[in-house]
Amino acid sequence: MSVLVYTENWDGKFKKLSYELVSYAKSVAALTGGDVTALSIGTVDQDELSTLGNYGASLVLSADGAPSGLDNQVFTSIIAAAMEKCGAKVLVMAHNNTGKAIAPRLSVSLKAGLAAGVTAVPETASPLVVSKKVFSGKAFGKVEILTEKAILTLSQNSFEIAETGGTASVEAFDSGVDVSAAGTTIKDVQKQEGKLLLTDADVVISGGRGMKSGDNWAPIEELAGILEGATACSRPVSDEGWRPHGEHTGQTGKIIAPNLYMAFGISGAIQHLAGVSSSKCIVAVNTDKDAPIFESADYGIVGDALKVLPELISEIRAAKAQ
Amino acid sequence: MHILVCISNVPDTTTKVKFSTDNTSFDDGGVQWIINPWDELALTRAMELKEDASNPVSNVTVVTVGSPAAEPTLRKALAIGADDAIRVDAVSADAHFVASQLAAVAANGDFGVILCGIESSDYNGSAVGGMISEIMNIPSVSAVSGLKLEGEEVLLSRDIDGGKEEVSVPAPFVAVVQKGIAKEPRIAAMRGIMMARKKPLQVVAAADAETFTTYQAFAMPEPKAPCKMVDADNVKELVNLLQNEAKVL
Repeated sequence: MSVLVYTENWDGKFKKLSYELVSYAKSVAALTGGDVTALSIGTVDQDELSTLGNYGASLVLSADGAPSGLDNQVFTSIIAAAMEKCGAKVLVMAHNNTGKAIAPRLSVSLKAGLAAGVTAVPETASPLVVSKKVFSGKAFGKVEILTEKAILTLSQNSFEIAETGGTASVEAFDSGVDVSAAGTTIKDVQKQEGKLLLTDADVVISGGRGMKSGDNWAPIEELAGILEGATACSRPVSDEGWRPHGEHTGQTGKIIAPNLYMAFGISGAIQHLAGVSSSKCIVAVNTDKDAPIFESADYGIVGDALKVLPELISEIRAAKAQ
Repeated sequence: MHILVCISNVPDTTTKVKFSTDNTSFDDGGVQWIINPWDELALTRAMELKEDASNPVSNVTVVTVGSPAAEPTLRKALAIGADDAIRVDAVSADAHFVASQLAAVAANGDFGVILCGIESSDYNGSAVGGMISEIMNIPSVSAVSGLKLEGEEVLLSRDIDGGKEEVSVPAPFVAVVQKGIAKEPRIAAMRGIMMARKKPLQVVAAADAETFTTYQAFAMPEPKAPCKMVDADNVKELVNLLQNEAKVL
């Protein structure tokens, strides 16, 4: 029972997420038996495609010549054709914008039960049972797949990358899908180049209402700069227009799982925690000792974020200089 | 143009989650039910489009799959401004079952745009909207954070990594929407609540549909170790702990 993993590329390159997915697919294949085949759609060069071998893919199918922009129906057809070609019973994708757009369509077209946002390898292969978060992280549920095929979308930063030292053969894949049939017209693209994405960051420095004004964000940005992280904020901050909406982390905003999440002046409403509770280490600084954020935090300081931040910056600079 | 807004009836997001004693089902005792937050934003945007007289939107219908207990949530949607409501009389089994019901309703009407929230706040499946589009074999656009009309053409703003794209697809289509689609969810006014009582709420029988997944059991997360508090005068100690104990610096 082989496993197909769809590895998205960003301007022809893979990133940590791609290797996480292949590592995850390898672990799934170890349980279900069979090999891992990776599918790449779009133009990616041979060397880049080969890197997937080091994480457990034995074959990489490269569907070049597909449209550069995402068309949900065309991508669904290409991935379905690859599933058929390699006879895979399990499809692994990322639980990101692309995965959320395509996995449900594939679930219908492949008649494959979808477990969305899984965080671990299935417990059993037959029936396939896998755990995922439900109620926005307040609980876990064990999903049983009732169909012959399964689709698992993996939450970002939830699985350790494992290098296998293996190599993959790369094969051009002609899906036979008519890409000119794409109904999606992309009229305009606005993209900030070179900025670390909040969802990719290992370190996230976040501010809430306790920062008192959007004008006080310089230390948050400075600390994020020192730790090579990204900046985020709570919902009231983006609603007030202190920070852009794209920085809002929480149930209705971005869901993140960095190694280190530092919350300054965030009380920790349940909706905010839903977006950050998967972080490996949470640090909270808040004036209110009873703020709910301290129940979810690993380390806390009761104090004014605006006073603690400059001290923290100088201490971290000093520690880094050693 | 008619717009269909798919609504999920979910526990209030501040609900303390409990399960049955054998941990196989959600314990809904004492739970307040609300319109799923993303669906509420979708409905708000649909109402804004309809109220702008320059748009050709003539009707906004809301639909949910659920027991009679879901009707207060549909009435709330009518109070916010939807013209009519449909309840598919079935207990939601899984995403595919629900999507099949909604697709049957959508195919039965003349809807140009079908709006779905990106996920429901209960089982976080992120599946129903995309499934509806595949069942109906129509286009879908996901991660939609903006929707406007230029004449009959619908322009969508789609979030991509590090930015946005403006896209269009031929109608009918499914737009899977997320934060940004509307600024704030609209709150029903007294007049809306009064009017909602008289608006049509149609109950339709469930269509035959397959179930692809089921929940075997639920579990609460492991209790977390208590937060280590560091004195505000001793920031150095925090840095030390992050570096040497948590090893995250």
